[in-house]
Amino acid sequence: MEWETVIGLEIHAQLSTKSKIFSGASTAYGAEPNTQACAVDLGLPGVLPVLNREAVGMAVRFGLAIGAPIAPRSIFARKNYFYPDLPKGYQISQYELPVVGRGQVEIELEDGESRTIGVTRAHLEEDAGKSLHEDYHGMTGVDLNRAGTPLLEIVSEPDMRSAREAVAYMKKIHALVRYLEICDGNMQEGSFRCDANVSVRRKGTEKFGTRAEIKNLNSFRFLERAINFEVERQIDILEGGGAVVQETRLFDPDKGETRSMRSKEEANDYRYFPDPDLLPLDIEPAFIEQVRGSLPELPDEKKHRFMSDHGLSAYDAGVLTASREMAEYFEQVAAAVEGQAKLAANWVMGELAGALNREGREITDSPVSAEALGGLLRRIQDNTISGKIAKEVFEAMWAGEGDADQVIEHKGLKQITDTGAIEQVIDQVIADNPSQLEQYRSGKDKLFGFFVGQVMKRTGGKANPAQVNDLLKQKLS
Amino acid sequence: MSLSQEQVKKIAHLARLNVREEDLDTYARTLSDILDFVEQMEGVDTEGVEPMAHPLALSQRLRADAPTEPDRRAHFQRIAPAVEDGLYLVPRVIE
Amino acid sequence: MHDKTIAELAADLRDGKVSSVELTGHYLRRIESLDNRLNSLITVTAEQALETARAADAARARGEAGPLTGVPIVHKDIFCTDGVRTSCGSRMLDNFISPYDAGVVERFKAAGCPVLGKTNMDEFAMGSSNETSYYGPVNNPWDTQRVPGGSSGGSAAAVAARLAPGATGTDTGGSIRQPAALTGITGLKPTYGRVSRWGMIAFASSLDQGGPMARTAEDCGLMLNVMAGFDERDSTSLERPAEDFNARLNTTLKGLRIGLPREFFGEGMDPGVARVIDEAIDFYKKLGAEFVEVALPHSGLSVPVYYVVAPAECSSNLARFDGVRYGYRCEDPKDLMDLYMRSRGEGFGPEVQRRIMVGTYALSAGYFDAYYLKAQKIRRLIADDFRQAFEQVDVILAPTTPTTAFRLGEKTADPVTMYLSDVYTIAVNLAGLPAMSLPAGFSQGLPVGMQLIGNYFDEARLLGVAHQYQLGTEWHQMAPAGFE
Repeated sequence: MEWETVIGLEIHAQLSTKSKIFSGASTAYGAEPNTQACAVDLGLPGVLPVLNREAVGMAVRFGLAIGAPIAPRSIFARKNYFYPDLPKGYQISQYELPVVGRGQVEIELEDGESRTIGVTRAHLEEDAGKSLHEDYHGMTGVDLNRAGTPLLEIVSEPDMRSAREAVAYMKKIHALVRYLEICDGNMQEGSFRCDANVSVRRKGTEKFGTRAEIKNLNSFRFLERAINFEVERQIDILEGGGAVVQETRLFDPDKGETRSMRSKEEANDYRYFPDPDLLPLDIEPAFIEQVRGSLPELPDEKKHRFMSDHGLSAYDAGVLTASREMAEYFEQVAAAVEGQAKLAANWVMGELAGALNREGREITDSPVSAEALGGLLRRIQDNTISGKIAKEVFEAMWAGEGDADQVIEHKGLKQITDTGAIEQVIDQVIADNPSQLEQYRSGKDKLFGFFVGQVMKRTGGKANPAQVNDLLKQKLS
Repeated sequence: MSLSQEQVKKIAHLARLNVREEDLDTYARTLSDILDFVEQMEGVDTEGVEPMAHPLALSQRLRADAPTEPDRRAHFQRIAPAVEDGLYLVPRVIE
Repeated sequence: MHDKTIAELAADLRDGKVSSVELTGHYLRRIESLDNRLNSLITVTAEQALETARAADAARARGEAGPLTGVPIVHKDIFCTDGVRTSCGSRMLDNFISPYDAGVVERFKAAGCPVLGKTNMDEFAMGSSNETSYYGPVNNPWDTQRVPGGSSGGSAAAVAARLAPGATGTDTGGSIRQPAALTGITGLKPTYGRVSRWGMIAFASSLDQGGPMARTAEDCGLMLNVMAGFDERDSTSLERPAEDFNARLNTTLKGLRIGLPREFFGEGMDPGVARVIDEAIDFYKKLGAEFVEVALPHSGLSVPVYYVVAPAECSSNLARFDGVRYGYRCEDPKDLMDLYMRSRGEGFGPEVQRRIMVGTYALSAGYFDAYYLKAQKIRRLIADDFRQAFEQVDVILAPTTPTTAFRLGEKTADPVTMYLSDVYTIAVNLAGLPAMSLPAGFSQGLPVGMQLIGNYFDEARLLGVAHQYQLGTEWHQMAPAGFE
């Protein structure tokens, strides 16, 4: 029996405003517990919310970036439920009329294909506080610093068919919110997290299967593992003749499995209704145009420009535009070696990405700046060094031994392009290897490589490989 | 509209109100009376009428994004039933 | 001294005939000797009041006094007062020392008004008789066997008994006007959004509005001049230019068009009340006003609509009282659910619990459309009725309540009967209009209130219409026996 997976994501992106969505408390991360929870955040009797303009602007930015309509009027509603990290006993959210309507994003898969994923809506809401389960004499501690931090909840259509697609989509939204500078995207700190709705159905059927909602996934890897586990679990149930239960589940990264969250299973009746403390949010066309005017070039626009301007493949362009910082880095390097964008792309995605990965660094704190890498590639371009030597130079630059020219100079790696000097070495090599010469001349063509190797060895790899080839061919014939 | 004691229990639970067994009957009776009373609304034709959530037809005002609230934890926690290390304490929450 | 109005006391202070310390001390002594008969105050703040009074006298000496500097008042215990218990009439907040001041409280502080204390009220303002208070009922000074009305019953009784020249109140469905009527004083519910709700503990956010309670319209205007104004902390606060609400006190009523809504003069009205209102109409006719019958066809549904909308909002507004950050917490909760259930079950009284349950039910899945949404639609029809009426008339006149003050305990067993005592006041809140109640006579020794309803933002006109009545009548000067 063939099964098809259906996935929809609800992504929560914390908006990077300085103050909270409905209060003037700071949103800075990592403060002492409850020092950034003001009267409004604590839900003291008599306090009232006032909406943060910047949060609205950020939601509009996102909406425009995914080609979605911005609601001329949207409404804040209360979602009522009791939980210690929810001080007012309700969360202010948007229910019937969200600020951002339907839009879409394009994702790139590793096989080079692109897919369009629908975004149903995005709405503004407030984050809850945090319950700390360390033992306080058998009690739980509640920190409300995070309560009231603005969130943009981005709800996708059930358009994804595999964990990989879900990850590609989440990465895409992650890149987008960072391009837009509306969310720092820090997943360890919980600034960007998602809930995944997962179901399976028999291939070819239209009707969706019963879904499970996996809560609070805060890494791409967890998302992938959680979905894969959940799909297996559901298929096992269905193939065993059972039925999937609609429920909320939690992913346990240590065990690599999802489990039912019984605490959330009590009949949820959120009793949404318009928040009478807040008036309708009316967004004027002029405000939208002002935001539109301030939008940066978006990942997809950039990607298509990289493809047309630089002749990159869709996959390369997709990788290089995955983050604004990476794209900016690439563009700087590419500018240094005009006409050889592919060389720049290979280096950024190859040597540089490899080195960053190895040390778990972000491109923004790479020891080799875009300018320095550009300088290195220019030396390949002007034949000062070979590509192979360039790798050695790069290692030295990474280790802080100076810029490309300094390293080349200091280590004496400058390529030998003097025909006379190369010929001298060739002559010596031929003289020293009479038997190989004889064999070559008697038809053993493969030995050509041997001679190249010897020449390179004697020049310490510095001889220009193309020149070596040409001269050897002449001398050996 | 007549509410049973079971229904009252369910509503009370949703609202997190511990209603004593001996009070259930009174609540069931008075709540049913109230619901009966408000049922007069049923007869009104409200076809095409836009619900009115606010007395005044105004738009939400927006606030500048600036942190204006200082840390007043000590002040606010003076009236808290149970705190430790700056945290509000509640019975163990199990997820 | 205590028989004087705020306007007169302010003049005496200005003329140096009395100091704020003397005045404040006088009222504090009256409270001490008389309030045991009324229970109108939950907390008396004598020391703070005298301190403010001294500061007020000093300010006056420096030439820095404003119109009300030094005039003592009382606040309904729904307004948060920094460092002072703010109970909202509930066991839930019996231990709640507010860490901040309400917007209204700040304004009276800035105006230099000593605060004598916090007045008793129905728990969380849910009641029409002041009998739901955790601190016990308030007695009506005109007959201590009777209720003063509610929910601002303590404020009304205190002003009627001359324990304070003025009080703040809040009006969600009549909670200023109904007790004002039942105790023979003047009370004004302003247009929704006039008075900041910041720090005013919410009952039903889209209906709640703070306002003044005093003996005369002029005094209400003086107090409203302090209370009203834009507050950026309240999203529903009106941004309007500053206004002197007493600017039209002396405007002639000649040609004034007064509407009489036929729906407010039907059955259920006590004949004694009807007679008083008829006399008031005659009085206004003599002043040159014209009377026009107007129709408010949906107003009859205002009580059922209100008892869906208000409980729905309150069920959510009162969810924050959970025993976690402040307020009542039950003993030894065995788990989180127990903490919630018992803290709320023990902290709230029965009427509050009843309304929370009604609201929870009305908002719950499957009932939302039939109750909450339906109510909000009829609410618009009710507001539209007023809009149309105000195309024909300048103000609307009606009784404030169908009967005079009822006996303590008379209506407590039957919530719906109790709710109907607000039948004439509730529609105004649903529409968000300004309205006031002023004393218009007596029926069997008990005060009867006349209600004047104005168009949006028309408080100054309302106060003028009321003032002209008070210039020609003496009802507002009557003092209950034993409290003269």
